[in-house]
Amino acid sequence: MATKILLENLAVEGIRAIDTYMANGGYRAVSKALKEMSPDQLVEEVKASGLRGRGGAGFPTGMKWSFLDKKSDKPRYLVCNADESEPGTFKDRYLMERIPHLLIEGMITASYALGANTSYIYVRGEMMSVIRLLERAIAEAYAKGFLGKNILGSGYDLELYVQPGGGAYICGEETALLESLEGKRGNPRNKPPFPAVSGLYGCPTVINNVETIASVPWIVNNGGAAYASIGLGKSTGTKLISACGNIRQPGVYEIELGLPVEEFIYSDAYCGGIAEGRELKAVVPGGSSVPILPKELILKTAAGEPRLMSYESLADGGFVSGSMLGSGGFIVFDERACIVRNLWNFTRFYHHESCGQCSPCREGTGWMEKVLHRIEHGHGKMSDIDLLVDVAKHIEGKTICPLGDAAAWPVGSAIRHFRDEFEAHVKHPDSCLAKHLHGAYAHAVPIMEP
Amino acid sequence: MEFSQEIKREFDQIVARYPQGRQKSGLLPILHRVQAEYGWLSTEAMNAVAEYLNLNPIEVYEVATFYTMFHLEPVGKYVLEVCRTGPCCLVGAETLLQYLQRKLNIGIGETTPDGLFTLKTVECLASCGTGPVLQIGPEYLYHEHLTEQKLDQLIDRLRSES
Ligand SMILES: Cc1cc2nc3c(=O)[nH]c(=O)nc-3n(C[C@H](O)[C@H](O)[C@H](O)COP(=O)(O)O)c2cc1C
Ligand code: SF4
Ligand code: FES
Repeated sequence: MATKILLENLAVEGIRAIDTYMANGGYRAVSKALKEMSPDQLVEEVKASGLRGRGGAGFPTGMKWSFLDKKSDKPRYLVCNADESEPGTFKDRYLMERIPHLLIEGMITASYALGANTSYIYVRGEMMSVIRLLERAIAEAYAKGFLGKNILGSGYDLELYVQPGGGAYICGEETALLESLEGKRGNPRNKPPFPAVSGLYGCPTVINNVETIASVPWIVNNGGAAYASIGLGKSTGTKLISACGNIRQPGVYEIELGLPVEEFIYSDAYCGGIAEGRELKAVVPGGSSVPILPKELILKTAAGEPRLMSYESLADGGFVSGSMLGSGGFIVFDERACIVRNLWNFTRFYHHESCGQCSPCREGTGWMEKVLHRIEHGHGKMSDIDLLVDVAKHIEGKTICPLGDAAAWPVGSAIRHFRDEFEAHVKHPDSCLAKHLHGAYAHAVPIMEP
Repeated sequence: MEFSQEIKREFDQIVARYPQGRQKSGLLPILHRVQAEYGWLSTEAMNAVAEYLNLNPIEVYEVATFYTMFHLEPVGKYVLEVCRTGPCCLVGAETLLQYLQRKLNIGIGETTPDGLFTLKTVECLASCGTGPVLQIGPEYLYHEHLTEQKLDQLIDRLRSES
């Protein structure tokens, strides 16, 4: 049985309630950290763990924490990114819904490590039910003395609040999130300055994903070295993978990093294979923003090595033949799926969600959406395919925030690996695979803006 | 317009979460609260929020128009917000959305003549493993693994409850 760090107590009845959570070892990390460890020791343990940010970029968490400007006399903040809006990603919601106290415990220990006395959990507004759960959990934690003034007699004070978003994917980008938390439109900020120096209200701020923060209590309890011994190479520990699309068992799975992709897709312990006994066609392994890979390249690298669920292995081959672990949103496409249609959908998404500050992103995503719409609907030209590649290239790396890249990568990779399918759409406007099928895509008309 | 004392007390509690002078941070939670009360955000309501938070009205409008959850026009009693993003389409969201349009006899963005239902599409709700999915405010409970049959039951139930 694989090690479980986050979901170990998933099946415990009533684990949402603080008493049950505590009876199963919950909040031990708070007393250990506050009574036996200095904040700097805690940062060192997290560094030693090799834990990397689970929000998508995989930046080493301990290093991020050590960049926090502790010399400034301004207050410091920890902000948890619970905006989870990357298509294909639903692990944070799962974790918060099932074991809300794990995030609260993580917030307390991480805030202590960073010297933050006020912290916020920014939850996307659509997850109102999660917000209610977290607020209840926070109230329970206050009642037990894990939050508030002089926590457990340690002299450390912490106030913790939940902040709702308003429906905007871009607010998952950390500086847009800070703008939103300040009550403004979610327009990403130019960097530098980085949030570690000037973040929330111009104060030093760390922003971490839900899963990142929820991993901290285990590291406090068991030590950084123990965490680092799990996983593979620089991909230490476990990762929540949210698997969806055409598989038999969609859901959230905690895997040890380094698990072979083939096992993840076909084992009954995970995805359980492709739905209805169909064939695997392609996978987007890390949320909609990462490159799509065809079956051959998701199961094996270009060099013929088995592809593993780790930061390094999924990225093996760069963007020519690899992809990224990203947020862990694992989207599986079976043989029926239309790559063009899905790409059009994703591009429409990015256009819709562009904040509009930079013209390459604002205009480029709109052009790509239009061109993809016409290819998918039988009005495409052969030159449209290269036009798409060209527009994507002119967005990539030329924008304030990475949403531009996130919109460009899926386009580049889909055309790289499935060019024949785009050409077929142009040559035989009626032959779109999907139109011949019953089920999901049958007679589908485009979902357009109202 | 004036908010009730009870709502104002809730506003006060919201604003207390932020440092002195940072009351603007309370704007999103307060707009959610107002929308839960009135169903949508009228200009009068936004002006009253601006006054309460000591902001220029434009600071409220620019936020309310940026975030997709806020309704700037009157909506039906139940706003059905159906996910239309890729992963949900892989499991049938597109056909289901068509079914819903036919069933309610309205297009996306429209409200039924009896004022009961507004149909909206939204982007990925972090429920891709349990799609197709929709949610209904102001509680925003998720209705997952949707089928035509489940939609029939849901619509019937909502009709009979009102
Ligand atoms: C467009 C965009 C959307 C993002 N959405 C999220 C998100 O929903 N959740 C998240 O944790 N990180 C998201 N990120 C990444 C954050 O900017 C940031 O890197 C992350 O929250 C840092 O936490 P971590 O180091 O613990 O991963 C997004 C980034 C971009 C560019
Ligand atoms: S890249 Fe797009 S989303 Fe990011 S700041 Fe520019 S316009 Fe906004
Ligand atoms: S795509 Fe519909 S919930 Fe994610």
